[in-house]
Amino acid sequence: MMADLAIQLVQMTLVLTLAPLLTGLVRKVKARLQRRIGPPLLQPYRDLRRLLGKEVVLAENASWLFSTAPYAIFACTWVAAALVPTFATGLMFSWSGDLIVIAALLGTARFIQALAGMDIGTAFGGIGASREVMIASLAEPAMIMIVFSVALIAGSTQLSVVAEHMLTAHVGLRVSLALALVALLIVALAENARIPADNPATHLELTMVHEAMVLEYSGRHLAMIELGVALKLLLYMSMIACIFFPPGLAGSHAAMPALVLGAAAWLAKLAVAGVALATFEMSIAKMRVFRLPNFVGGALMLGLLGVLLLFVSRGM
Amino acid sequence: MITLVLAAIGSFCLLAIAGAAAGRAAVGRYGVYGGCAVLSLLSFGVGLSAIGNPAETLHLPLGIPWIGMHLRLDALSGFFLMLLGLGAAGASLFAIGYGAHEEAPQRVLPFYPLFLAGMHLVLIAADAFTFQFAWEAMSLASWALVLSQHRDPANAHAGFVYLIMAVFSGLAMLLGFVVMAGAQGGFTFEAMRAAHLPPVLAALVFVFALIGAGSKAGLVPLHVWLPLAHPAAPSHVSALMSGVMTKVALYGFIRVVFDLLGGVPWWAATLVLVLGGVTAVVGVLQALLARDIKQLLAFSTVENIGIIFVGLGLALAFRANGFATGAALAFTAALFHALNHTLFKSLLFFGAGAVLNATGTRDMEQLGGLIKRMPVVSAAMLAGCMAISALPPMNGFASEWLTFQAVLLRPELPQWGLKLMIPADGALLALAAALAAACFVRLFGVAFLGRPRSVMAAEAVEADRWTLAAMLGFAGLSLLTGLFPGVVIDLLGPVSQAVLGTRMPVQMTDPWLTTIPVEASRGSYNALLLFAFVALSGGLAAVVVKRLGHGGLRRAPAWDCGFPDPTPMTQYTGASFGQPIKRVYDGLGYVAHDRVDMPAPGDTRSARLISERSDLIWDYLYAPLGVAVGRIATILNVLQFLTIRRYLGFVFAALVVLLLALALWQ
Repeated sequence: MMADLAIQLVQMTLVLTLAPLLTGLVRKVKARLQRRIGPPLLQPYRDLRRLLGKEVVLAENASWLFSTAPYAIFACTWVAAALVPTFATGLMFSWSGDLIVIAALLGTARFIQALAGMDIGTAFGGIGASREVMIASLAEPAMIMIVFSVALIAGSTQLSVVAEHMLTAHVGLRVSLALALVALLIVALAENARIPADNPATHLELTMVHEAMVLEYSGRHLAMIELGVALKLLLYMSMIACIFFPPGLAGSHAAMPALVLGAAAWLAKLAVAGVALATFEMSIAKMRVFRLPNFVGGALMLGLLGVLLLFVSRGM
Repeated sequence: MITLVLAAIGSFCLLAIAGAAAGRAAVGRYGVYGGCAVLSLLSFGVGLSAIGNPAETLHLPLGIPWIGMHLRLDALSGFFLMLLGLGAAGASLFAIGYGAHEEAPQRVLPFYPLFLAGMHLVLIAADAFTFQFAWEAMSLASWALVLSQHRDPANAHAGFVYLIMAVFSGLAMLLGFVVMAGAQGGFTFEAMRAAHLPPVLAALVFVFALIGAGSKAGLVPLHVWLPLAHPAAPSHVSALMSGVMTKVALYGFIRVVFDLLGGVPWWAATLVLVLGGVTAVVGVLQALLARDIKQLLAFSTVENIGIIFVGLGLALAFRANGFATGAALAFTAALFHALNHTLFKSLLFFGAGAVLNATGTRDMEQLGGLIKRMPVVSAAMLAGCMAISALPPMNGFASEWLTFQAVLLRPELPQWGLKLMIPADGALLALAAALAAACFVRLFGVAFLGRPRSVMAAEAVEADRWTLAAMLGFAGLSLLTGLFPGVVIDLLGPVSQAVLGTRMPVQMTDPWLTTIPVEASRGSYNALLLFAFVALSGGLAAVVVKRLGHGGLRRAPAWDCGFPDPTPMTQYTGASFGQPIKRVYDGLGYVAHDRVDMPAPGDTRSARLISERSDLIWDYLYAPLGVAVGRIATILNVLQFLTIRRYLGFVFAALVVLLLALALWQ
């Protein structure tokens, strides 16, 4: 009980403190691949500190929703991240929400984000919100289909149970899992506003999706949103790791050495995922907005195919 | 208890007379709506107590002489009575304030209590005649309410379509009952339940019930009347029609198919699953493109009916395969969603009514910035939008989550139709939920956020206290049922027990009030804890960040990339917000064409963007049907101008043909 609580608290602190580092890593690797030196690894922390040190410049007609939204988005993302096993499955509160709930919490964050984008009443906010919900309308069902595939194999939607199942049982190579992995990678790219779905470093307004929604934010509000974005990236990487690459993950009631090993394995996985993301982003161009439905819709179809295979035969 | 319901029905009829007598006087509004609110609360209480108690029956010497009037109040009726009482109490409370703006109250006041009486009687009827009588009374009263502003040609058209579909629905129900009653004429539900129909006849009854109740509830493709009629009625009636009447229709379906028929084969379950899934997606897509707020809400009702039918279809599928746990879970999820829909859809219609009163328009392109002019209405609407978008911790998510758990329960059903349709329905439900979120971001973002697009929106004032009370009450209930789904699940236990013979495990004894549909290792959900975590971490973050950082706040003009636009016309509109989705899902129930009408060089007129959208179901099903009926009517027109001799001849011929048919049958 106490151990579970300790693991839960450690995990919540770890995801919060490590999230900017992961973003820094991705940026650094991208820069190196472009033969730039790039900002230091710790730059995202400095950015956050700088933003915190500035006053908020709030648009004159902003409502209460606009200034509450950053905290709500951050809180939803953080609670969702707290439910994903990172280095150990024995989380105190893992039973309070399953994979569907995690997806829905991120959906709540997106809902609030899109509304906040429309609050000021500028054209860019509307563009961002409209495109975001268009992408989400395909990415969310794709995510649910991935959850279904995984849940049908593991017999549970509970992420810690899934991770332990993947860790211990002889799951083997399955077509449906392969489809789910590809689908999840696509969804993760789309949900985290990465290339080819969106460009996190864009400065061209007409191509922006996520950045267009947060255009009016400044100061501590923007800091909360940036932190939420970093947390979401870490969440998705941890989720992919704990479902599809669980080796190293400490089980429930694990001893100290196993926990340390789990933490080391998790950090290694994150580093690999960060480098892989940066390399992938460097090797592909951003898509036109209206090609995105094919890309994200592909994930939905792959996910659905995986679930259908599982309904036809448990062994697929 | 059942006598109390009868007394309530009688009082509704008296209120209707009082309403007719009151005419335009304000006292009529207070009396009728206040009375309706009190009576509805009474039936809420009766329904609630009926769920846990054994069924009560009553036989009155009314109606057809040799049958009489059979009434029965069991757990299923009790649940729907509770739902009806809740929805009607809220709508009546709202109407006390809303009715002050009514142009012609004398067209609403007499029919409103009659509408409620009809719905009450449907729920306690226990023979085909009473049921049919109440069903038609409900239809007719609501038709009169739809036509309360009959001078608007759109409303007249809506009333016409509604009347045709209501007649069609009544006819289908009637045919279903006739088949069930059989040659012996066992018109009581008791006799129908006892009679074991041969499979062909049972299938026929199922199809009739699906058509009859489905068209009343708004199942695609029988939904066309709903987005016309629901917005045409006054807002409190819209709330009742969308939030409650569609549930009474669901009750009709459940009563006939689950109770009287006692289960159907797997192909019937597949049919329900197909129709439910299609309804959910087609409904929400149309909602996403609607411009009229109330029409948007009506299309969204179609979507939610689809979700409920998916739950019912799953229950039928599991029951056909003798999988009792799954049937109970899916059935509970469906009824839970029905309750949720009553709560949040009524809330949203109240909000639409408040906006209509404050601004005089239902067109979202004329609105904007209402969150500052109408803060309480906006906050309640936001809660409703989150609930209907199935976002935690609101109630819409709880029922959606249960439905997903039911989908995942048993993949190894033997029939191929179900093997394919159940996961496909899972995908359709997820798609509908995501599109619903998009739809309500659009509604709330365009109508309540941003800058006002018209003078009316800029000068809107907050709604009256009756409206606010009704809205806040329902918003609170939506949150509470979302935070404590276990209470509702346990409440539905006896209903599921009575209808299916099994129920979901008791939830309120679980530690921390966690919802565990089957067993803890399969998946659990604790809304209360999650809500507490989110609220706590959000609040903590706000405090810490403000303390650690600069902490200051300055108001300045919007940044907008350095190009602040002075006019609100440059904002994203509902049409521009929906455009990407319209383009992506083109072909799913509608076909959209956008074309630019560019003047020739030298021509000084302005260029125009022409956006056209055609509804495939209307164009390919109803329009040809209308043309065919028109043709036949033209051909048969000659029959209108014959001599009395000819008519008598026809009567005689008809008699001979019927007698011949009878002779051949024997």
